[in-house]
Amino acid sequence: MTTILEHGQPIKMPAEAVARAIINQLPLFILDVRNSSDYDNWKIEGIRVESVNIPYFDLLEGVDSALPLLPTDNRRVLVVCAKEGSSQFVAEQLVALGLSNIYFLQGGMKAWSEHLEPVRIGALESGGELYQFVRLGKGCLSYMLISGGEAAVVDPLRMTDVFEEFAKQRGVQIKHTLDTHLHADHISGGRRLAENNGANYWLPSKDAEDVTFHYHPLDEGNQITVGNTRIAIQPIYSPGHTIGSTSIIIDGKYLLSGDILFVESIGRPDLAGNASDWADHLRTTLYDKYRALSDELIVLPAHFGKTTELGEGGKVSARLGDLYATNPGLNMGNEDAFRLAVTTNLPSQPHAYQEIRKVNMGFIQPSAEEQREMEIGPNRCAIHD
Amino acid sequence: MKIDVHVDTKGLACPMPLVKGKKALDKMLPGQIMELVSTDKGALNDFKAWVKQSKNEWISHQESNGVHTFLIRKG
Repeated sequence: MTTILEHGQPIKMPAEAVARAIINQLPLFILDVRNSSDYDNWKIEGIRVESVNIPYFDLLEGVDSALPLLPTDNRRVLVVCAKEGSSQFVAEQLVALGLSNIYFLQGGMKAWSEHLEPVRIGALESGGELYQFVRLGKGCLSYMLISGGEAAVVDPLRMTDVFEEFAKQRGVQIKHTLDTHLHADHISGGRRLAENNGANYWLPSKDAEDVTFHYHPLDEGNQITVGNTRIAIQPIYSPGHTIGSTSIIIDGKYLLSGDILFVESIGRPDLAGNASDWADHLRTTLYDKYRALSDELIVLPAHFGKTTELGEGGKVSARLGDLYATNPGLNMGNEDAFRLAVTTNLPSQPHAYQEIRKVNMGFIQPSAEEQREMEIGPNRCAIHD
Repeated sequence: MKIDVHVDTKGLACPMPLVKGKKALDKMLPGQIMELVSTDKGALNDFKAWVKQSKNEWISHQESNGVHTFLIRKG
């Protein structure tokens, strides 16, 4: 507080601090100054986050019109825009009017989209550990399994340096990177992470028919081991979101369900081709194949849609048996009702999803800035918004 | 089409393209045309959204090698 009064400047808040506030359910008021269509499409959300949208171009001649919308209690006010400049511009004017507790988001929504928060999921047999990396801004989840000095990364995101740094800190070598399917909402870091670390890149062969690069087939029956303690990664063919979608059982305890099963929804079958062709695969996977697995498995999906899905410390997980009771996607009645629900009235597709698939197949190599731009927005991989 | 006012905002990030564009339009007469050049991709959608709710009129947009040129008629 004194800092603001002495310097008359708003405080720059990094994405990491916003992530902490959301995970710890601290109150935060957001003044989002992007244009309204960008705001309606995608914004920062949290259980105790309240936000309003006033485009910065309506505040160029003064921020007085924003004042009645700001909180009267002592909550922190975070001004947010796409990159940073406009939020700083507005935040400075608020401070100039004598307001305190004014922050702006460092790097804007671009930085928010790229922030990853590592959360420990639990121990594995023989001393290994499993971590989840939560990308709050886009709702993506990656995993790192560590055992005996080695690591495997499942569904790694484009920000490969985060995984490399994490592995380095723990003194482990990344030996395997795996994609549970060909992603359409984000650019996979799997191939680059493997290349940088001399690791093997695994991708389901049915999703890799057109790819331009070498990969190891992540197919049922091909078991992968990590470390000398033999932590087993067991692939389970589970088509539906894509034809190659493959789930992974780790240590007989964790089910990495990719984009097939989420905590509050199920994967959509329309992003990689024909929804109606794959709707039946999706049903068989969820209602027969998964049903035959142990209820005690801990489901660890590749996405979440709402911040209500975040649990303790920000982790996203659920017991498989519990999801059969609570997840609407697992309680859809007969085949016809299911088919209708997963093929009609779906939310809009993820931003640039066709181009993102091309990047993940190796057809196009956009620049880092173009890749960042392609990934703007929420993941939208579930059938429910 | 006769361009009355040129505004070059190349290299500037938000909010400057809009700040400069708006300032220029404020000094123009109704019916005059402003050409604004920007290298900030985000400025395009923001300008469109702003023009829509103002009395001004959006005429056109062109992009070439990352340089966006748009024409706005003062309302």
